Amino acid sequence: MIRKLAYSAALLAALAAQASADDLPEVEDLTLGFIKLTDMAPLAIAYEKGYFEDEGLFVTLEAQANWKVLLDGVIDGKLQGAHMLAGLPLAATIGFGTQAHIVTPFVFDLNGNATTMSNEVWELMRPAIPSDADGKPIHPISAEALRPALDAFAAQGRPFNLGMVFPVSTHNYEQRYWLAAGGIHPGFYSPDNSSGQIGAEVLLSVTPPPQMPATLEAGTISGYTVGEPWNQQAVAMGIGVPVATDLDIFPMRAEKVLGLRADFVEENPNTVKALTRALIRAAMWLDESDNANRMEAVEIISSPSYVGADPAVLANSMTGTFEYEKGDIRPVPDFNVFFRYQANYPFASDAVWYLTQMRRWGQIPEAKPDAWYAETAQSVFLSNLYLDAAQSLVDDGLAPAEAFPFDSDGYRTAPAKAIDALPFDARSPNAYIDSLSIGLKGDQRVIGNEVQG
Amino acid sequence: MSALDPATFQDRAARRARLFTTINKLDGWFQVLGLSFVTPLLRALAGDNPAAQMRHIWRLLGVPLLAIALFLALWGALAPRVVTSLGAIPGPGAVWEQALVLHSDHVAERAKAAEFQLRQDERNAELVASGQADRVRERAYTGSPTYYSQIWTSVQTVFFGFLIATLVAVPLGILAGLSPTANAALNPLIQIFKPVSPLAWLPIVTMVVSAVYASPDGMFSKAFLTSAITVTLCSLWPTLINTALGVASIDRDLISVSRVLRLNTWTKITRLVLPSALPLIFTGLRLSLGVGWMVLIAAEMLAQNPGLGKFIWDEFQNGSSSSLARIMVAVFTIGIIGFALDRLMFALQSLFTFSNNR
Repeated sequence: MIRKLAYSAALLAALAAQASADDLPEVEDLTLGFIKLTDMAPLAIAYEKGYFEDEGLFVTLEAQANWKVLLDGVIDGKLQGAHMLAGLPLAATIGFGTQAHIVTPFVFDLNGNATTMSNEVWELMRPAIPSDADGKPIHPISAEALRPALDAFAAQGRPFNLGMVFPVSTHNYEQRYWLAAGGIHPGFYSPDNSSGQIGAEVLLSVTPPPQMPATLEAGTISGYTVGEPWNQQAVAMGIGVPVATDLDIFPMRAEKVLGLRADFVEENPNTVKALTRALIRAAMWLDESDNANRMEAVEIISSPSYVGADPAVLANSMTGTFEYEKGDIRPVPDFNVFFRYQANYPFASDAVWYLTQMRRWGQIPEAKPDAWYAETAQSVFLSNLYLDAAQSLVDDGLAPAEAFPFDSDGYRTAPAKAIDALPFDARSPNAYIDSLSIGLKGDQRVIGNEVQG
Repeated sequence: MSALDPATFQDRAARRARLFTTINKLDGWFQVLGLSFVTPLLRALAGDNPAAQMRHIWRLLGVPLLAIALFLALWGALAPRVVTSLGAIPGPGAVWEQALVLHSDHVAERAKAAEFQLRQDERNAELVASGQADRVRERAYTGSPTYYSQIWTSVQTVFFGFLIATLVAVPLGILAGLSPTANAALNPLIQIFKPVSPLAWLPIVTMVVSAVYASPDGMFSKAFLTSAITVTLCSLWPTLINTALGVASIDRDLISVSRVLRLNTWTKITRLVLPSALPLIFTGLRLSLGVGWMVLIAAEMLAQNPGLGKFIWDEFQNGSSSSLARIMVAVFTIGIIGFALDRLMFALQSLFTFSNNR
């Protein structure tokens, strides 16, 4: 009864807020896709807590088999929007892979990934890692510690395979950044060869996230970089050890975004605004009161139709800790950030970082001027749509104005420190690309099997 | 009247005789439903040579129950010895627990759907009250499918595929049976396509369905069509071959009768060929449904049709500690439904055919 009264009150408030007919969503029934990772939580929370319904949207959430199927679903129109890797809209817009203008008004989260190595590789790495007073390995672990393992594999004539989730995934770029910072060459892409293994010392290939533990156990790959719960799942299953999280490698960068087709956004501005509002509210709930609601969120997403892993495995990373070796649980309060630090604002500087990494590894085959990076970033990461939705939430009294960067120009003011401590200035992407030791620089191109220029 | 009065004695004997006759008649139905042990039970209760009935009851009921109990005991003892990375293989207790969990999940989801309906009704009432009656909408609940709806989807898919298979196979079979030329033409194609696995058909079927069935708002979803057509392609062969065989082995005298009476083709087929060939046609249909049900699970796994195959695949991908137990619940469900479908076809067969051997 109380719930019904509360619901009616909320409903009247919502109806009153949607006073004029121009505010109503053009499309009310939406199908949104996601991949089974913990950072799909804002979608699940927005559904289960009724935030979508409050905005007049009736959403069906559909798990997709892998990132390719998800991207095709959005491009075909089967899905009106999806939980996407931050690199997906960028790559689709510039034409790497299937070409389509995909945009995003909302970032789901920051961080949330880790790199896990198999037990065999960990044994080979451990001697090269300095230990602290208790004998536990000191984090962050540089990829230089991987060198003994690479040598051992080379001596046996075995290739060293690593898995990541998609060629334009944040995980691919993180893994490569970590490897390159440790002096290991992860391979180039070329227009004729999209395997990404040209000149590589380690072979990176694609594996869908849910299949990673099984592939690691089978020995097909010796390690992977993926979001949660698949790293903690490897620890629970006793088959691997996480060695680095993205907080160690390159922290506080947009991880997953809400991807929508550009023509859908143009035709349905009210729907997109309602969607963004609902997701902002869900993100606020997730980070509320210093992560107080995270356990409830874990219970919700452990349902088989969302992520489905055991609540204990999910809780490990969602509630402010992270387990490295079995039993070595360390506090990592910002492993998943859903709302704090202006997490949902689509910073153009994050988009520029991804574009620089695409250029560094040859996915963008030729050099581009700085202005191109800025323009592309701003055509995909639509921060004005985010701010519109945020402003309307502030006007309705549902969110505090201080939480949103209304004055931002799209560039993060204090980019965090990377594992190799190289500074990143998003306004000079070409200078940044040239400052990275391993990777294409200047006008270099990959022709056949070698770098020219 | 005393108990030894010949009139009452005769009455009782007559009643008992009628009772035995009724039980014998019902025996036919019990056999069809797979409950053949009920007959000796009823006979024993009615007093018809109880001692001899005991042997029948033991063979028809006691031995199967003992075998099942032995299987469960073996499973319960051996399963915890095998430890996988997802935990030990679950024993019968864990599997039963997960079956109950699936049921309670279904109940919880129904409750959520009912709440959604309530909210929707309230919303619509408020809209009407505030003068915006044109915005009233009736929507279905958008939650994910529960276990029972997944079972129902699988059953619908297999019947749809089976129906198309029957519509294709029976006419072709009749043609092949009546005409040796048609038989010679069809035979090589049948022999080559019969052994092809459903997993090999799936990519082709997926591409064709995607290309031909372009609109996303049609009556069927693409995954449903892909699964159903794969079932058709794999399950039409037993019906086709058995129909051809049945039609070809009609009594020669009957064919001569049709020539003497100068029956036209349609009458010949419907009055002569089909009734004679029915036993073999039904055998073929029964085999086809069995094959179709097996193929369906594999097809659903890959085409992502929201049925039992997808349930198993999703549980495997989820990798939670209860996944193996839930997959086993699905295995038993598939087996029980397969058995039920087979009994259904057997019952239909008994209804429509007249022969000495059932």
